Amino acid sequence: MARQPQSEPKRPGTADPPAVRIALIATALGFVALFIFIPVIAVFTEALRNGIGAYFAAIVDPEARAAIRLTLMTAAIAVPLNVTFGIAASWAIARFDFPGKQTLLTLIDIPFSVSPVIAGMLFVLLLGVRAPLGGWLADHGIRIIFAEPGIVLATIFVTFPLAARELIPIMQAVGSEEEEASIVLGAGGWQMFFRVTLPNVKWGLLYGMVLCNARAMGEFGAVSVVSGHIRGHTNTMPLYVEILYNDYQFAAAFAVSSLLTLLAIATLIAKYSLERRVAPVKQEADDLAIKVAA
Amino acid sequence: MSIELRNISKKFGDFVAVDNINLHIETGELVALLGLSGSGKTTLLRIIAGLETPDSGEVLFHGEDASAVKVRERKVGFVFQHYALFRHMTVFENIAFGMRVIPRRERPDEAVIARRVHELLKLVQLDFLADRYPSQLSGGQRQRVALARTLAVEPKVLLLDEPFGALDAKVRQELRRWLRRLHDEIKITSVFVTHDQEEALELANRIVVMNQGRIEQIGSAEEVYHHPANAFVYNFLGNVNLFHGRIENGRVFLGDTAVELENTHAHAHPETGKAVLYVRPHLLEIVMKPNGKQTFPATVKSINPAGPQVKVELVAEWGDMVQVEISHERYQALHLATGANVFLRPKEQKLFVYQI
Repeated sequence: MARQPQSEPKRPGTADPPAVRIALIATALGFVALFIFIPVIAVFTEALRNGIGAYFAAIVDPEARAAIRLTLMTAAIAVPLNVTFGIAASWAIARFDFPGKQTLLTLIDIPFSVSPVIAGMLFVLLLGVRAPLGGWLADHGIRIIFAEPGIVLATIFVTFPLAARELIPIMQAVGSEEEEASIVLGAGGWQMFFRVTLPNVKWGLLYGMVLCNARAMGEFGAVSVVSGHIRGHTNTMPLYVEILYNDYQFAAAFAVSSLLTLLAIATLIAKYSLERRVAPVKQEADDLAIKVAA
Repeated sequence: MSIELRNISKKFGDFVAVDNINLHIETGELVALLGLSGSGKTTLLRIIAGLETPDSGEVLFHGEDASAVKVRERKVGFVFQHYALFRHMTVFENIAFGMRVIPRRERPDEAVIARRVHELLKLVQLDFLADRYPSQLSGGQRQRVALARTLAVEPKVLLLDEPFGALDAKVRQELRRWLRRLHDEIKITSVFVTHDQEEALELANRIVVMNQGRIEQIGSAEEVYHHPANAFVYNFLGNVNLFHGRIENGRVFLGDTAVELENTHAHAHPETGKAVLYVRPHLLEIVMKPNGKQTFPATVKSINPAGPQVKVELVAEWGDMVQVEISHERYQALHLATGANVFLRPKEQKLFVYQI
């Protein structure tokens, strides 16, 4: 009888040694615990330090309510505009060839590559009372900087690539055959858009909206520059948190922070479930593209 | 509805996709546009549908200029190569789409739409799949749903872009026969694009052979196969061996040997020039002994006995590879083996001569 040679437990040739695996997993989990779990727990413990009554009192405070209202209003304006721009830009880029297409693709990314503070400064320089345009508007009784319109403008600027960046690859992957098919079958332009184009990109669009909403509500830098921090008027939630913190009202600051944290968690859950729906569309379209190429 | 194309041209940048094409298609015909990819056949189909606008020329439907008629009003049905089914709709909704987008005043009511969809599903033998989504169907089923969806709007013309291109061989055969029967039943003017000569020969009443944006020949399967207008058509319709030689004072030379061949269908007859001899693999005979100037020597390189015919690959004396198909009986009788020196006798060939 042939003797089996003694050997170590079998391991596929590409697997790493156990020590490496454990070290990598421990490092990754350690980072997550240190930078995510502990801070999140800290936010809620600090917020509830003075009891649940104080927590709710901090949230229903008139200034807090004003900040929440302004934040919601800003998001309510920024998100629909973002969606409109996103659909228009992604449609144009995915369907047509036109001069300046590459430039447009690059320009869409500018808000990502510019520091939000610079973006805010830009609006102050352009629309502040000392600037010609801002001065002219001020003469006509329109205040932009240190007022709500400035906050909305700055938020739109920092969020505008979000929906477009999600939609462009999906629109390109889905292609225009289904749209052509609908036209040949007798659909008009709007019928094609609402019955074929939009349903095909809806999960990607929703995903873009979730990201845009999170950014619109959480933006600090750009908004801080144009806001002027007028309590009860031009404070959004993140700005209000800073003010409370600087006033040593830690429990209140953390109470408002906890709302933003909850928003972040909700966003994560929405993002995760939407990603699962977006991925198959991209995959299917990719498979088709491979077939066409073959 | 008849279709008439007059002097149609279309360029994409510098690339001439369709070059001054004239074509008349009779009511009720089933026409194949046959060509390699890039020959302009799909562009021509899309021009008929109105999905592309020609740079010049006109498209006439039933004798009337259709240039100003919008795609959605042309009453054409277009079946896309990859079906383009609406992926977020069920099979039922896909087929109902064309009826649902009719303006409300003329739109049939829900009961009529449902009845019509089920009629069509029966016609394509897929009644049991009404509630499925396209991603849950096989390629052949998707193809038939795409056809049913197109027929739902009662088009006057049916245009199909590589209708069987993405299917495997067996399903393709089946669907081909099925489409033939369907066309016999509903007699709708149909044009389909294909790069598969067998498909065109089997299915179409008339075949339009296209090459580099131009029409090389129009004719029935019989005409284009047995009476090709030129070397391209002969070459394209089936396997063929090419022998490059020359013609001197009416005598054909392959390499250094003069050959005298029977049954030569020559196209153009200059006395001197470059000659290309085309012989189909099944029209070459393998013999063991030379027979004057009607045979030329060759060496057997490989033998593939799988299939209805035995495929033999040889090298001619002057170095060209030659493919020959012989029957299994003949193969047995010859006792062929790799490396054997034999002689080839063309039974029938086409000679195309070009002026130098």
